[in-house]
Amino acid sequence: MANVTKRNEMPTLSPKVRAKCFEEVAKGYDEETAFNEASRCLSCPTAPCISGCPVNIDIRGFIKKMKEKDIEGAYEVISKSSSLPAICGRVCPQESQCESKCTLGYKFEPVAIGRIERFVADYHAANSKKEVTPVVKNGKKVAIIGSGPSGLTCAGDLAKKGYEVTVFEALHELGGVLLYGIPEFRLPKSVVKGETEKLRAMGVDFQTNVVIGKTLTIQELFEDGYKAVYVASGAGLPNFMGIPGEELRGVYSANEFLTRCNLMKAYREVNDTPIMKGGKVAVVGGGNVAMDAARTALRLGAEKVYIIYRRSMEELPARKEEVEHAIEEGIEFRFLNNPVEILGYSNLDNPRDPKNGTVKGMRVIKMELGEPDEKGRRRPIEIPNSEYEMDLDTVIMAIGTSPNPLIKSTTPGLEVSKRGGIVIDENGMSSIEGVFAGGDAVTGAATVISAMGAGKLAARGIDDYLSKKE
Amino acid sequence: MYRIEKRDVLNETVTSLWVEAPLVARKGEAGQFIILRVDEEGERIPLTIAGTDREKGLVRIIFQVVGATTMKLNALKEGDFIHDFVGPLGKPSDLEGLKKVAVIGGGVGCAIALPVAKKLHDLGANVVSIVGFRNKDILILEDEFKEVSDKLIVTTDDGSYGEKGNVTIPLRKMLENGEKFDRIIAIGPLIMMKFVSLTAKEFNIPVVVSMNPIMIDGTGMCGGCRLTLCQDGRRVTKFACVDGPEFDGYEVDFDEAMSRNRMYMDFEKHAYEETCNLLRKGGEN
Repeated sequence: MANVTKRNEMPTLSPKVRAKCFEEVAKGYDEETAFNEASRCLSCPTAPCISGCPVNIDIRGFIKKMKEKDIEGAYEVISKSSSLPAICGRVCPQESQCESKCTLGYKFEPVAIGRIERFVADYHAANSKKEVTPVVKNGKKVAIIGSGPSGLTCAGDLAKKGYEVTVFEALHELGGVLLYGIPEFRLPKSVVKGETEKLRAMGVDFQTNVVIGKTLTIQELFEDGYKAVYVASGAGLPNFMGIPGEELRGVYSANEFLTRCNLMKAYREVNDTPIMKGGKVAVVGGGNVAMDAARTALRLGAEKVYIIYRRSMEELPARKEEVEHAIEEGIEFRFLNNPVEILGYSNLDNPRDPKNGTVKGMRVIKMELGEPDEKGRRRPIEIPNSEYEMDLDTVIMAIGTSPNPLIKSTTPGLEVSKRGGIVIDENGMSSIEGVFAGGDAVTGAATVISAMGAGKLAARGIDDYLSKKE
Repeated sequence: MYRIEKRDVLNETVTSLWVEAPLVARKGEAGQFIILRVDEEGERIPLTIAGTDREKGLVRIIFQVVGATTMKLNALKEGDFIHDFVGPLGKPSDLEGLKKVAVIGGGVGCAIALPVAKKLHDLGANVVSIVGFRNKDILILEDEFKEVSDKLIVTTDDGSYGEKGNVTIPLRKMLENGEKFDRIIAIGPLIMMKFVSLTAKEFNIPVVVSMNPIMIDGTGMCGGCRLTLCQDGRRVTKFACVDGPEFDGYEVDFDEAMSRNRMYMDFEKHAYEETCNLLRKGGEN
């Protein structure tokens, strides 16, 4: 019988083992545990969980199938709303979405919706023999820019409707941020590959090494016969703090650090891409990207990893499970701390000393929380005379990104907001007819699931637009 | 996969490749670059476009063997394939309206300076080219420069060919003699671009330099290629991949750029030696 008050624990690799390897940390429920967890669901008539899901998966419906031990049935319910359940089950911040609305959660622990979703998706991937049934093509070409979560979702939805979809990817591999950003230990690359292969089987065409805005422009895509374009090019240039010392060798943006490790596999001996390993590492920021960078640094062999965050634990924007895992792995959080300067090694006696120009530490100031800002978050304020120095070898800046200028600068008439995000209407269409946009290219850095939601919206918008155009 | 159509050895360590990449060839302009990955495990490296043949869909790259990746690239033959080849990236050189220009190339940087000189020549500008090398043995592209220049000066550090010394010596001489240029374009080692910029500044002639920092994606995502410009006393961070690769030579902080380029020096040396051994072993079999 299921325990009503407590959810089933997620089996994980022990912190000691996982801190030294890139194997996935959360091992996933087995069948029995998944059924047991599903049986905790009250199947309440209002199903508030569904409203907490950015792509409105029929959560009550798929859990009901699980209660009936019909795993493939559950998969079918999920895949009506989500093309990438194996990914969402792993990286969604469920505690602030579906699970935060769970009726059971008022008194007890909410149903572990994400963990059941992941089980269903993994079971399907491992056991389903059902071939993807090819759809009759409608002969209309749609171009999708970017193979991240938003682009893949939009591609899947449009391919199901019969559109001839081509996805253009600037990098040499597919997956966007799922590949270069999120580390192997949180989202195995084989899972991403499984999802893209599924789309390929559905007839989606993928073109790597094509930078839209450079190799081809949006105008040229229309000239090539594409009837609509979806811009899902993701977030762009990494932000830096603008403090002295950020140019020193050993200062990375989180994007660069993670890309070297995840996309270029710098952690493997056989790969040519270099990365700074070992020593003392500080990651500045408190989001998922900061957690990923810190835990990656640890696995690369750092002797000590700090997270420097200017607010307190309560304001941490990262997914709860990742913060817990990071703490278990021995990462030290310095809350209410903010860097003021990165200190460099400088041997004045020997200007040719090879260490000159490398990081040797960071000056940090302590903070306290003041009045709430416009978003309701309490504003951090510096405490005078509280500066101190830390010894460090590497500093990783994980403080967000600014929109990428490539597509905007080569697409006349494309309207962007003051912050540089592409402006869209309620159907996802930009200021140019037939050009839709979504994901981080519109909102700035956000979550995988919200990017997927935008991809779904744009797929509907493109379908409406092209159906009406007939 | 991208096929190597033609391979020419320009000198002991510098090779020219014409690579089949029709989409890149269609758009590629002087000043822009590509990023390539030699094989499945390779790193991504940026190389400036040294020429295009739009009709045949070919892109020319010229590179010097300086590390493991360029050594692997140099081991490929005509008919072999490069795993990934993406571009054209960066902004093209803006050369419209220039009447008289000094194009200065240093070492393998001459490969990048050549298409700039060629485009200026095609636009009808008066082109004075100054190309510098360590010695006569590594001189490259002399005839090709001659074709597109109204005047060509070759310098070698040891005086084994042309004028003895570095490229700033004839440049300074010309400027002191009152010769005027609308712009000086310098492409080569950072130290050369730094001193050309300082010389040009003395005579108040605008100077543009082409930066070639460490890069991964080349599309404005990773931030590895950042450099600092000093604009009106303020230090501004720019990204060579999307804001460049060409910048105002007066503004670039060259010392910082030189330091940043040394980021992986130890790693590169080690990788270079390993690849040397590997290729040597491969050759014996």
